[in-house]
Amino acid sequence: MKNPLKVLASLTAVASLALSLSGCGGGSPQATSDTITYWASDQGNSLDDTAAKLKPSLDRFTEKTGVKVNLEVISWTDLYNRILTAVTSGDGPDVLNIGNTWAVTLQETGAFEPVEGKLLEAVGGEDRFLKTSWSTGGAEGKTPTSVPLYGLAYNMYYNTKLFKEAGIEKAPVTWQEFVETAKKLTKDTNGDGKPDQWGFTAAGASVSANSHQAFVRGLQNGGTLFDKDGKPTFDSGPQVEGVKQFIDLMATDKVMSPSDAEISQGSQKIDNLINGQAAMLFDQSPVKNFEARGFTDWGVAPIPMMSAGATGDLGTQSHVAGINLSIFKNSKNKENAIKLAGFLTSDEEQVSLNKAYRSLPVVSGASSDPAFQTEEVKAKNDALANHALPMPLIAKEGQMETLTGTAIKNLFAKAATGTVSEDDIKAALKDANNQMAAAQ
Amino acid sequence: MSHSALDSSPAAAGSQPAIDPAPGETADKGQPSRKPRRSFLPYGLILPAAILEILIHIGPMLLGIWIAFISLTQLNLTNWLNAPFVGLQNFVNGLNPESTIGQAFFSTVGRTLGYTILVVGFSWILGMAGAVFLSSNFKGRAILRTFFLIPYALPAYVGTIAWAFMFNQRDGAVNQILVDTFHLFGDERPFWLLGQNSFGAMIVVNIWQLWPFAFLMLMAALQNVPTDVYEAAAIDGATLWQQFRTITLPMVRPANGVLLMVMSLWTFNQFNVPFVLFGASSPKEATLVSPLIYQNSFGSWNFGLGGAMSVLLLIALFIASVFYIRMVLPKGADND
Repeated sequence: MKNPLKVLASLTAVASLALSLSGCGGGSPQATSDTITYWASDQGNSLDDTAAKLKPSLDRFTEKTGVKVNLEVISWTDLYNRILTAVTSGDGPDVLNIGNTWAVTLQETGAFEPVEGKLLEAVGGEDRFLKTSWSTGGAEGKTPTSVPLYGLAYNMYYNTKLFKEAGIEKAPVTWQEFVETAKKLTKDTNGDGKPDQWGFTAAGASVSANSHQAFVRGLQNGGTLFDKDGKPTFDSGPQVEGVKQFIDLMATDKVMSPSDAEISQGSQKIDNLINGQAAMLFDQSPVKNFEARGFTDWGVAPIPMMSAGATGDLGTQSHVAGINLSIFKNSKNKENAIKLAGFLTSDEEQVSLNKAYRSLPVVSGASSDPAFQTEEVKAKNDALANHALPMPLIAKEGQMETLTGTAIKNLFAKAATGTVSEDDIKAALKDANNQMAAAQ
Repeated sequence: MSHSALDSSPAAAGSQPAIDPAPGETADKGQPSRKPRRSFLPYGLILPAAILEILIHIGPMLLGIWIAFISLTQLNLTNWLNAPFVGLQNFVNGLNPESTIGQAFFSTVGRTLGYTILVVGFSWILGMAGAVFLSSNFKGRAILRTFFLIPYALPAYVGTIAWAFMFNQRDGAVNQILVDTFHLFGDERPFWLLGQNSFGAMIVVNIWQLWPFAFLMLMAALQNVPTDVYEAAAIDGATLWQQFRTITLPMVRPANGVLLMVMSLWTFNQFNVPFVLFGASSPKEATLVSPLIYQNSFGSWNFGLGGAMSVLLLIALFIASVFYIRMVLPKGADND
């Protein structure tokens, strides 16, 4: 092998084989006895922002207990898979955040510490927590394996400037009014014959956000994702009707930009509202983004329902959203992990963190703080207390989110690149339903 | 079948390095054969490699095969040794053409085959063209060579995510150039990462990443072709195309054999490009086999089904590779 090119060729071949063999390596750094690892979900404007807002809290914790916290903030697109990998390998952090809708699914893995004994004591017992939030900790009738940390609920946020320009004075209340309002707000502002301001925007490629809409729109139309025996009914009449209403916003009502089919991050749709490219969106907590961008022309209203004043299942506007905290069973530092759980759910830290992230406290002792008396927080509280149901509390919730959310993502893609018929929607939900049934 | 003298004696020459038979001479069969000295040294020397091979390849592969026969979900993930044995059930689910899962599997395998042929074919043509082009001496050759290798030198993730930005419908460079500058596709900006176009976009990105490898390997192989053969052919009046067909192609045949096989295996199992371009779930029109297995395993948390599909592919790829090696490699095995 005298030829340098041949040597280079062989080296690259060997190197690429070696690289493909090595795959992903590396684990979390070994924690020392006075250090614990904490995986936090992204609650801020960015991963850095989340970490910066969490840091004062963690510093206070270290000051109080002498325990250092090795923090890693993980984006929502990666969090579920990172948790799954940690569960599979048994090599995870000591403490971590989970989306509360995954609580039952993750409980079934048996990888998390049950909330009883010392852990229950450290968080001050069940009675300190809001009932709805506590109910998301695990399956009904079982010891929960996660403690609520931040509370959230969906509301409709809108651009007040665009509303004024269109002469709209009141936020729509029913779905029909919502579609009509959205049509008025869809405009060609630069005279090129194509709309550049849209009535509504959503992250059409976000699997979890889509699955939340499948849940809410199904319930508003009298459907459910599962029947009483726990069999999936994603393709039932009312469920198809609910999903159709959501897809139609792009497909037939034409109040949603086809470009939204490519949006996978919630922050991109919030950008659309701030930039004036869209007038309305559904979200759990966009205010931190508004504030970071100095955007003040926003208003908040409940998610529209099929009929004004609907109650019970038909009046559903949101799932009981929020973030919970779990402790890994494999943690070698359980004592300190439990201390952190107790600290982050204390009244003072609940006020400080939920203020920073614009979410809701999950303990009643913190709710009275003036920071949580704004119109926006009251709207979120009302949604959570009176118009929210937990996503199905079943072991396969994670799969359900993936399957329904992906079906809707594909339908938006179809709407953006062509047409979507009712049969397409039925077929997509039937496919998801069959896969769900096969996975059960 | 007649063997040449050299072909028939490599074993003898190998075991008796001291007495090299003269070229063209057969090993003397009359001599009492010396028994090779038994020694554990060779075994000792390959032992570390063998242990690593078992740990890195054989162990996980056997584990994957075992998973295909059990019902492994998140309910028994942490205690997977006790997951219920379901026999061939996962294979039946994966292969049932009546079911959603079976239909998705078969259409995905077909699509992946087409994808592999297109990506490997174009990458090979580009690599070959580049290698032939750069095999003649001209100014700036070194710079071009480096330039051609950039996609290969970039980390796969970085290159692909840059393409994902460029293919974005609203703000991407591809639509800016095609629609705004050259006014193609009328007024409508096409989507590249959704629907039918996503398959094409994925092919473009993969070719961009793969062709420099073909280029590098073929250029190395071309260095072995003596220039006087071309000179002789030119004197005999052979056109450039005739020279390429009758000299270049046969001379790089062994390198081509290995190159095409390796590229096909990589492309058939491609995961990085679709995962970075489309996220955890690819569009239906662009789902390849590896992402499908990932979706079954990690989206539906049906690891048994994912395992069964992996085993089926392993068998198919193994059979295809054996056939291919038998067809292509023996003829060129002792070249070089």
